[in-house]
Amino acid sequence: MSLFGTGAMGRVVRSGVGRRRVQTVVIAVATMMAVASAVVAGSLMVAAAAPFDHAFGRQQGAHITAQFDPARASAARLAETGKLAGVTASSGPYPSTAFRPVDQTGFQLPTLTLVGRSGPDGDVDRVDLKSGRWAQKPGEIVLAASFEGPAIGIGAALKASDTTNAPTLSIVGFAVSASETADSWATPAQVEALASEGGPVTSQMLYRFDSASTKEQILAGRRKLAASVGFGALLGTRSWLDTKRAADQGAAATVPFVMAFGVLGIVMSVIIVSSVISGAVGTSLRRIGILKAIGFTPREVVRAYVAQALIPAGAGVALGVVLGNLMAVPLLLDTEAVYGGVSPSVAWWVDVTVPAAPLVIVGLAALIPALRAGRLRTVEAIAVGRSPRTGRGQWAHRAMGLLPLPRPVTYGLAIPFAHPARTLAMLLAVAFGTVAATFAVGLTSSLAAVGTSQDPESRAAVTVTTTKLNNVAPPPPPPAGGGVAGPSPVGGGVAGPSEPSVADPARVRSAITSQAGTRSYYGKTRTEVAVAGISGSVQASLYEGASRSGSYEMISGHWITGRGQAVVPTRFLERTSTRIGDTVRVTHEKETANLRIVGESFDTSGSELEIHADMANFASAEPSAFLVEVKSGVSADEYAQKVAAIVQPLGGDATTSTPTGQEGVLLIMSAMAVLLTLMLVSVAGLGVLNSVVLDTRERIHDLGVCKAIGMSPRQVISLVLTSVTAIGVIGGLIGVPTGYALHGFVMPVMGRAVGTSLPSPVLDVYEPVQLLLLGLGGVVIAVLGALIPAGWAARVRTATALRTE
Amino acid sequence: MHQVIELEGVAKRYDSAGAPALGQLTLSVAKGEALAVTGPSGSGKSTLLNLVAGLDKPTDGAVIVAGRRIDQLSEHALAKFRREHIGMAFQFFNLLDDLTVTDNIQLPAQLTGTSRREAAARAGELMEMLGIQKHARAYPGRLSGGERQRVAVARALVNRPALLLADEPTGALDTASGHDVRELLTDLHRAGQTIVLVTHDLTLAEACASRTVHLVDGRVAVDSRTQAVR
Repeated sequence: MSLFGTGAMGRVVRSGVGRRRVQTVVIAVATMMAVASAVVAGSLMVAAAAPFDHAFGRQQGAHITAQFDPARASAARLAETGKLAGVTASSGPYPSTAFRPVDQTGFQLPTLTLVGRSGPDGDVDRVDLKSGRWAQKPGEIVLAASFEGPAIGIGAALKASDTTNAPTLSIVGFAVSASETADSWATPAQVEALASEGGPVTSQMLYRFDSASTKEQILAGRRKLAASVGFGALLGTRSWLDTKRAADQGAAATVPFVMAFGVLGIVMSVIIVSSVISGAVGTSLRRIGILKAIGFTPREVVRAYVAQALIPAGAGVALGVVLGNLMAVPLLLDTEAVYGGVSPSVAWWVDVTVPAAPLVIVGLAALIPALRAGRLRTVEAIAVGRSPRTGRGQWAHRAMGLLPLPRPVTYGLAIPFAHPARTLAMLLAVAFGTVAATFAVGLTSSLAAVGTSQDPESRAAVTVTTTKLNNVAPPPPPPAGGGVAGPSPVGGGVAGPSEPSVADPARVRSAITSQAGTRSYYGKTRTEVAVAGISGSVQASLYEGASRSGSYEMISGHWITGRGQAVVPTRFLERTSTRIGDTVRVTHEKETANLRIVGESFDTSGSELEIHADMANFASAEPSAFLVEVKSGVSADEYAQKVAAIVQPLGGDATTSTPTGQEGVLLIMSAMAVLLTLMLVSVAGLGVLNSVVLDTRERIHDLGVCKAIGMSPRQVISLVLTSVTAIGVIGGLIGVPTGYALHGFVMPVMGRAVGTSLPSPVLDVYEPVQLLLLGLGGVVIAVLGALIPAGWAARVRTATALRTE
Repeated sequence: MHQVIELEGVAKRYDSAGAPALGQLTLSVAKGEALAVTGPSGSGKSTLLNLVAGLDKPTDGAVIVAGRRIDQLSEHALAKFRREHIGMAFQFFNLLDDLTVTDNIQLPAQLTGTSRREAAARAGELMEMLGIQKHARAYPGRLSGGERQRVAVARALVNRPALLLADEPTGALDTASGHDVRELLTDLHRAGQTIVLVTHDLTLAEACASRTVHLVDGRVAVDSRTQAVR
């Protein structure tokens, strides 16, 4: 007894699989690519949908991170809080303090929360050690992975503060806490030791509750904790809901994009696989007739043909899962680097359900024509290929024959009308491929536009600062969840251990104006201001001179043109419930100005409120940097060197500007777009290849006749390629507007996910020529898919083709 | 006399270990001659026809048709040569079911670059000559076997070929249709058309051919021109 019931059945299935090698390979490869793209899309959808939830769940994240006063709550008493009703797990108490270290180059980092833990594990907040090892003795420190960079790596030393006799800590590892319970970790003894240097030690407790999904439940938990330790002992708490909200903001941007590609991939897989399988069975009718004539029952015929489809499809599915995993893991690792805490492996259920779906589709796609074949009368099945074809497509041949084109071309143009269902499947494959390509081109262009618009200062050729450039601190770590772009270094200098001298802005300005190569320049500084009605400080960028060249893209309104005006990002308008035309009262140091909002800027650089205004509004404000455009033909490098020679002795510096490049999220999305597009376009090409292989096989006798009466191999190739060209053109005509519309739908959704509208340069990214080329991409997909069968048809021996039935 | 076909020591083997399908055949066909090639199944009749038509290449020897050695031509050159010098009619007609009778007939002319108007005029002329003009807009599937073979012959003649090859032209026809086709070929021969006819049908061979070659095991057993039994 063989795998397929009887020995005869097994032989029929094996010979069927082996005999049609091209079709077998196409089924396997198409299924493999479809499954691989679905695995990639599916795993990314899972990762992008809830990266924080995954990481939080895996790490047993803390629902509440609480800080207690150790003088009012002993360790034993705090340990008891873990037994409160509703608390399902707790960790701590851990000694905790805040410090502001300085790295080897003198940069002072932001204030960091340091927690003393003997290891990364625990009942709550099982910190992921990303590299290196845990701190094992005093003098060692583990930093949050977001700090890792060229100047801060394993083995680097940090001074605990900017004082001369501050102790030195060696970085031994980098870690991620999804709950963000700390920025750095050391041994408990080290924390106690550092506390004597500055801030007091508090006791950190981490809790998980049975109910913590709402703000009210978190507050109830907090009240329980406060009551259990007595008045004044609980210094503060942090809810996991706040951490999640911040994290999800970054992840949310990718969801609409991945969803769009995921849906495209899955729909396309269904179409291609169905078309491949039903075509394969449909072209075997004569063989089915012979099998029935020699005694196969209809049921055996059905089983044999479903099995013949499932064998290559099964191999394709298995290979597709492997390929999909191989491709998804690097992308997930990139995603993990941005989100922190995403599992770098494909979810197990994606590996199970994604392959199962194509197998079911393949089974159904094979079953329907196989059932039809099984019901077909034996004599009818045998007659297939012998009796003349009638009906479909003849009118098209008549009509196309009237066109003033070479006969092989008009013959080829009429071929698609002979098999409307197959042509439709081919058309859909080409259209989906073109949609994917159009969408991806638009998306990557938009992401590039976002990257450029987030870095307006990089447009200037030269940046001249009033301080030495190496006294400017590195940007703080990105917010969890990934901001779209980091803050600009301009004016953001944090004083190092020894306060650097600051050049007089007037003398720096004079150095710039004295240069013959100066075309234009403007001054800028970044400072904190108070805005009436907003608690806390607001970041302000103040400009001096012609700042239009350094402006953000405008969503609405216009850039500042003088005093009394302000430009703000969307989130400022939303949080302050203001509109363009409203006036805000802004205080810088001791000066107050009423500024009218004249524009809404496209700025997703962070979650902080920001305001852009003219420096002339505040007499005390001075530029900390000058952004210079040089005249045509002037070398920016040479210009910067000349200016630097003048301003460095004054305490300033000059350098050429370099674009910061796309940030992590943008790069990941671009990489995903390119990868998924290549896969979808390949699947589309395979769909065409399969359809043309079927068509060419069916027509090989006719092509033999044409060759016998004088059609040259070149004419045969043009006939076959022409048969798909119209499909490519129509597919392009459908695909390009659809991809364009998809881009127009998805981009605003992505923008809303990160709290901004999108300006025209980000949305209107398609050039007419680009759209034309994308439309031709449909033809390219179709022609590339048809090249192999066209070559085969041209090469096949005429005598052999004439014998083919 | 001008020779349309010259085969010089032509051999064809499909399998290096087996017997040759055609062995060292030397044969010529003069212009205006109608040669019937007869013989049992497997005697090499179809192989001979394929070699003369340029559909296959010999293992040895030279195949010269219309003064040109065709066994050394590329596929592209062979296709051009066929469309200009050779017309073919097949046992099962080999008409394109998607095309009307007119379109089938004018297709070889169109492949040579002849304008649609000229090709249509020539097709009309042939249809009238062969008595199938009433089927001009019909599809082959609706015609009788004899009518289909007439369409096939019309298609073969559309480029005024030097040589008409017919492979079992009555093999798939009933008696009446077979008679029609026999008369057609006889008329064509009388009109001066050079014909090579492969057939099992000795009546057809006697009626249409001015010469008969009988093949056995890939060799000429009898050639009526010399009446020699080899």
